Order: sequence, then C-alpha cells, then structure tokens
Amino acid sequence: MMERREILLSAENVSKNFAFPRSLTQRLTGKPAVAVHALNGVSFDLHRGETLGIVGESGCGKSTLARCLVRLHDCDEGRIMFEGRDVAALKGTERRQFNARVQMIFQDPYSSLNPRMRVRQILAEALGVHKMKPKAQIPARIAELLDLVRLPADAADKYPHEFSGGQRQRIGIARALAVEPEVLVADELVSALDVSVQAQVVNLLLQLQEQLHLTVVFVAHDLRLVRHISHRVAVMYLGKIVELGQTEALFTAPRHPYTKVLLDAAPELDPARRSKTVAVKGELPSPVNLPTGCLFNTRCPHAFNRCFTDRPVLTARDPDHLAACHLTDFGLPFQNELTA
Amino acid sequence: MTPALEVSHLTTQFTSGSGKVTAVDDVSFAVMPGQVLGLVGESGSGKSVTLRSLLRLLPRTAQIEGRVIWQGQDLIGMSEKQLRSVRGGDISMIFQEPMTALNPVLPVWLQIDENLRTHTSLSASERVARARELMDLVGISDAPRRLLQYPHQFSGGMRQRVMIAIALASNPKLLLADEPTTALDVTIQDQILKLILSLRDKLAMSVVLVTHDLGVVATTCDHMAVMYAGRIVETGAVSSVFAQPSHAYTRGLLGSVPRAGTQRSQLLSIEGTPPSLSAIPKGCSFHPRCEFATDICRRSTPAMLPQSATHAAACFHSDRVIAAGSPVGAQ
Ligand SMILES: Nc1ncnc2c1ncn2[C@@H]1O[C@H](COP(=O)(O)OP(=O)(O)OP(=O)(O)O)[C@@H](O)[C@H]1O
Ligand SMILES: Nc1ncnc2c1ncn2[C@@H]1O[C@H](COP(=O)(O)OP(=O)(O)OP(=O)(O)O)[C@@H](O)[C@H]1O
Ligand code: SF4
Ligand code: SF4
Ligand SMILES: [Mg+2]
Ligand SMILES: [Mg+2]
Repeated sequence: MMERREILLSAENVSKNFAFPRSLTQRLTGKPAVAVHALNGVSFDLHRGETLGIVGESGCGKSTLARCLVRLHDCDEGRIMFEGRDVAALKGTERRQFNARVQMIFQDPYSSLNPRMRVRQILAEALGVHKMKPKAQIPARIAELLDLVRLPADAADKYPHEFSGGQRQRIGIARALAVEPEVLVADELVSALDVSVQAQVVNLLLQLQEQLHLTVVFVAHDLRLVRHISHRVAVMYLGKIVELGQTEALFTAPRHPYTKVLLDAAPELDPARRSKTVAVKGELPSPVNLPTGCLFNTRCPHAFNRCFTDRPVLTARDPDHLAACHLTDFGLPFQNELTA
Repeated sequence: MTPALEVSHLTTQFTSGSGKVTAVDDVSFAVMPGQVLGLVGESGSGKSVTLRSLLRLLPRTAQIEGRVIWQGQDLIGMSEKQLRSVRGGDISMIFQEPMTALNPVLPVWLQIDENLRTHTSLSASERVARARELMDLVGISDAPRRLLQYPHQFSGGMRQRVMIAIALASNPKLLLADEPTTALDVTIQDQILKLILSLRDKLAMSVVLVTHDLGVVATTCDHMAVMYAGRIVETGAVSSVFAQPSHAYTRGLLGSVPRAGTQRSQLLSIEGTPPSLSAIPKGCSFHPRCEFATDICRRSTPAMLPQSATHAAACFHSDRVIAAGSPVGAQ
C-alpha cells in the first residue's frame, strides 16, 4: 500500500481543554470553573500520500484534533510537527505557507460558504488570500477547479444556495484545492449528505487523491465510510487514540475492546447476520470527570484490577498496529476472545 | 393472517402560495401483527409525512386521502375525537429528536402519568408503580430518582428511552418510530434498536421504523418499503430485497453504501440528486438518474408488480435490474 513512509505531519502528545460554561448559581456560589478534557495526549504520524481515518463517537475529540492539526486551535500541551518543525513556531511567510499546504474542509458547506458571494468570488478569494496566481490566470484556474470537482463551468456565476448539498460540498472541496494543498483535513465531509450523494463525493475524493497525490485525514463517525476510504485508521475514545492500525487489520482483528464493541454495534448490511445481544452497555462518561485508570473501564467487558488504577498507553505488539489496553500485555489469548 | 395495519392509496398534498405539492403519492402497504416494517428512503422522499399522515399529525395545509385501516376502522375518515383515543393509545409514535417531543418543563413522571391517565383506568398508586415498571422496561435504572428529573437532565440516548417509555405507557399494539436513532451514536443506536426488538417480542407489538440507513433495515426489520419522491418503489421481505433488488433505485441505493472487501474502489453511485416536489419528473420519477431508463420510463408511470409472494417493485425493466445483480449479494 504505502511504499515509502515519509512522515509529513505528526501530533506529539497533544492535549486540549475547554472551559466548561458555569451557570449563574455556580458562579454566585463560587464553584470553580471546570475543564472539558477534549484531547488527552494524542500522538500519531501522518504519512505522505495516505488516508488516515479518525473514528469515534460524538464528543470523543475528533473535530478538536482536526482543528489542532490545521492550527485553528492551539494545543494546551504537546505539539503538531509539520516536516519536522513545530507549527506553533511558524511565523510570517512560513505560517502562510503552512496554512496553504494544509487545508481543512468542513462538515457543513453551507455555513462555511459566504451566501452573498458567487462561486467565482469564493474561489478567487481563496486564490487571492494565498497570492497563488497572477490576476490574469485566475479565471482559468477557477474553470480548472470546477472541472476538477465535476461542476459545470456556469456554476461560477451562481450563489451557494442555488446548489444541492452534494454540489455545495464540491464547492467546499474546490475552495480547499484552490491553493494546491498537500494535506486535506476533512471533518465529517459527507455526513450531512444523502447516501446516493455521499457515494458521489467519496468517489470524487478518491479520484482527486490519486490525481493530485493528496494526503488526507478523514474524520467521520461512519465506520463503513472510514473503512472504505482509509489506508490506516485511528479509533478515539474520550480524547485519546485507543487503537491505530492498517484498516483491514483493525477491522478484522481489532486489538482494543472499544474498537471491538464499536464494530459490533455498527449495523451490517447483511440481513443474515443479526444478533440479539447488545454490543456494549452504558454510555460515555463525562469528559469533565475522566475515569481514573483506563478511560474505557466503565463500559469494558474485560476490565480487571489494573484497569482502574493505571492508564494504558498506546503500545505496539506489531509496529503497524497499536493499542492502548492492559490486555495487550498478556498477548494472544485475549485476542481470540476479542475477535470471536 | 390479517394485517394489523393496512394502508391503501394514501396520498398527502400540501397547499402553499405557489400551488399544490404531493409529498406522499398513492402509497399502499400492510404491517402484519408483530412485524417490523422498515420505511427507507433519502431525505425528502416522504417517509415522515407518510408516518404522520397515518395519525393525521400534520398542519392544516395538508390534505390526506386514501384508507388507513386499523382494527376494521378507517383512521382517515374518523372524527378527531375518536382519533385522539387511538393516538398515544393503541398506536404510539416516537420521533427523531426527543427534545422537541418531550415537555421541557415537566418532570418525566408527569409525562408518563399523563399518558397513563388518558389511556388506562389505573389508580394513582398503580400509575406510580407502572411508571417505574416502564422505566425498568426501557433500561433506565434508579427509576424512583430518575422519574423526578426533567428531560434536559438526561443524555440523548436516555431521552430516547424516556420517549419509548411514554409511548409504551398505553400498551400500544403499533409503534410508529420516525428515525429514533439517527441522532445517536452507534453504540446507543444498537441499544435502542435491540430494546425495540425485545419489546416487540415481549409485547407482541407491530413496528413501523423509518430510517435512511440500510444497515438498520438489514439488522432490525422483517419487511421493507423503499420510497422515492413520495412513492413506494419496491417492497418485500428484507432478505429478498437485499438479495434481488428489482427497482433500479433500490439497487443504486444498496450500491452506494460502502461494504467490506471493496476498499478504495469507486462506489456504485447514483448520478444527480433526488427531485424537488415542485418538479417531479413525469413517467417514472427516477428516470433522469436511471442507467436502465428507456423511452417508456419517460412516458408512463410503472405500476407495482409482484416479483414473488412477498416482493414487489414498480419498474418497467426489473428483469434487467435483476440481471445486473445485487451489489450486496455474494459477500
Ligand atoms: N469550543 C468549545 N468549547 C467548549 N467545549 C468544547 C468546544 N469544542 C469542543 N468542546 C467539547 O470537547 C469535546 C470534544 O468535542 P469534539 O467536537 O472534538 O468531538 P467530536 O468527536 O468531533 O464529536 P462529533 O462526532 O459530535 O462531531 C466535547 O465534549 C465537546 O463538548
Ligand atoms: N408541512 C409541510 N408543508 C409543505 N411541505 C412539506 C411539509 N412537510 C413536509 N413537506 C415536504 O414533503 C416532502 C417529504 O417530507 P418528509 O419530511 O416526509 O421527508 P423524509 O423522507 O422524512 O425526509 P428526511 O429523511 O429528511 O426526514 C419534503 O419535500 C418536504 O419538504
Ligand atoms: S485496559 Fe482494561 S478497561 Fe481498558 S480496554 Fe483494556 S481491558 Fe478494558
Ligand atoms: S421504470 Fe425505468 S426509469 Fe424507472 S427505475 Fe425502472 S428502468 Fe429506471
Ligand atoms: Mg466533530
Ligand atoms: Mg423525516
């Protein structure tokens, strides 16, 4: 799959907290402000040319991580490295270059496209901000971009509201591609779209990636989509990566109990495979009061003593397949139980 | 067996300043006792309006025609007063976003109690016991304390459980569920769907489950009906429709969902987008997007034709669609 493994972007032990809004009574009674622990020490490498999928349930920190990667958030702890340099230290021209080379595409194309601008202006603005092209070349580049995302040339003179959801998502992609980025960070790119239209956008993304040699971070909660599109997948739970591996290995032989229940809970497209047992009981704990020990211990069917005292770290039994679970230390018998 | 619910030629139109639009167009289906029927289709295809038409839960601008036979009576012709005793009684409904359906200023027990008072003859103390029992049934522990709480004190998944508890208060024989898990995480979706299935078994209810997720249909429903632009285009036993989709839209929809073993390949997508109600194409409304379309599809509307005893489709070229094979057939 990947011949070379050039590390383009990496997260090193990234943590991010948000202040939890206090109610009036809490402020009057002098209750201290509490923190939402959105990211709790996330580390991974992004290889040039790959698609890295990031999955996990609502609130596990996927969007926060995506925003840290493109510097829309600063990290509280840890750092994001791009080509071996800490992106927080980039200034002036270097910072602008980083902003152009690493682009984010948002979930809701409607709210991220200015409704009062024609598509032509939206794309010209993206080109202008990054001073990509001499003015005279801009119309040709706009035509090229629309062609790239399979929109008709006359789309340039329309406003965002004149398009369907799938088409608006294409405009968002065209805008991100305007500055010839190397990395696309796509946050729930197709989640709001109908299934038939989702497939169109996924097909387009796959084609563009080959054509333009893009590196993609694909954030989504839809496991089927992530499996389809990603070379490698990171599974997040409560602001931590709990498992990271090659897509097929992770989906067919998961090494973390949370990955296993997530896969069991996702409805399969096969009416012959039904089960009456619930994949996992209980709900996500609050990101304000994190459990001590393993973050998954409140729901894990395999939890034992150590899980309530020590937090497992992401470790590799095989360099391509990392998991953060104490069971991994015991090796394969548990593996069989997990994949049974 | 006689169906629990029989819907025939249901048509719902909305009148607005710019004229009339048909949101549900000549829809017929039946639900057998104890059966889970999945109503599947993309956004705007008419799933919610169909469900709401059954109980006439629509604004005044809606005009509903057809027959909805429930225990020998036609719900469409029934007086508003009679219908009120059916609603939330024998037939209960749950919605996608429980927050809009729950009353935010009433504690949960009052909302369950209201249903119990309207639809049962239980005494006050029996109602308290029944409310606790219902919380148990939907998997909310610590019922005495939780019953005193307000909807905002529950998580999304718990709120959906509360909705189901309220819906079950009257011992309904039919549960209409409109995307009850769409806003929830997969692990919670799994819990709620399995709860609905176990309640179906325990209480012998029938269920109509609206969803746009074919995975949910595959894992939860017995029968399915596929909607496109206000019409049902294919209906049948879930296993039969998945094994042999006979309408080009159903086949395309199944092919649009990524599945194992096809990583990073181009998905079988459907060109274009669903039509808007004000511009539904003539003939088969799917023809502008259909790779199988010929002249006849542009001229006439295909009728529902049986493929087998439990499977029917409205497509002029179902033989060619069947020959093209199911995208989810041999896995
Ligand atoms: N700007 C913010 N202020 C306060 N809390 C925030 C902010 N952004 C995110 N959070 C909190 O941080 C946690 C992680 O949120 P995040 O949006 O990253 O999750 P997510 O995995 O993207 O979820 P979803 O699947 O719902 O998009 C959540 O508890 C969220 O409420
Ligand atoms: N009160 C109304 N007045 C006018 N048109 C309406 C009204 N309610 C629904 N419609 C229209 O009827 C059509 C069918 O809507 P419906 O809500 O049934 O779709 P749906 O299949 O449930 O879609 P979704 O998956 O988005 O929930 C849509 O085009 C919608 O705009
Ligand atoms: S460390 Fe313990 S609680 Fe955490 S996932 Fe592994 S077995 Fe479960
Ligand atoms: S009737 Fe014609 S247009 Fe409609 S689905 Fe069948 S082949 Fe396609
Ligand atoms: Mg998010
Ligand atoms: Mg709906």
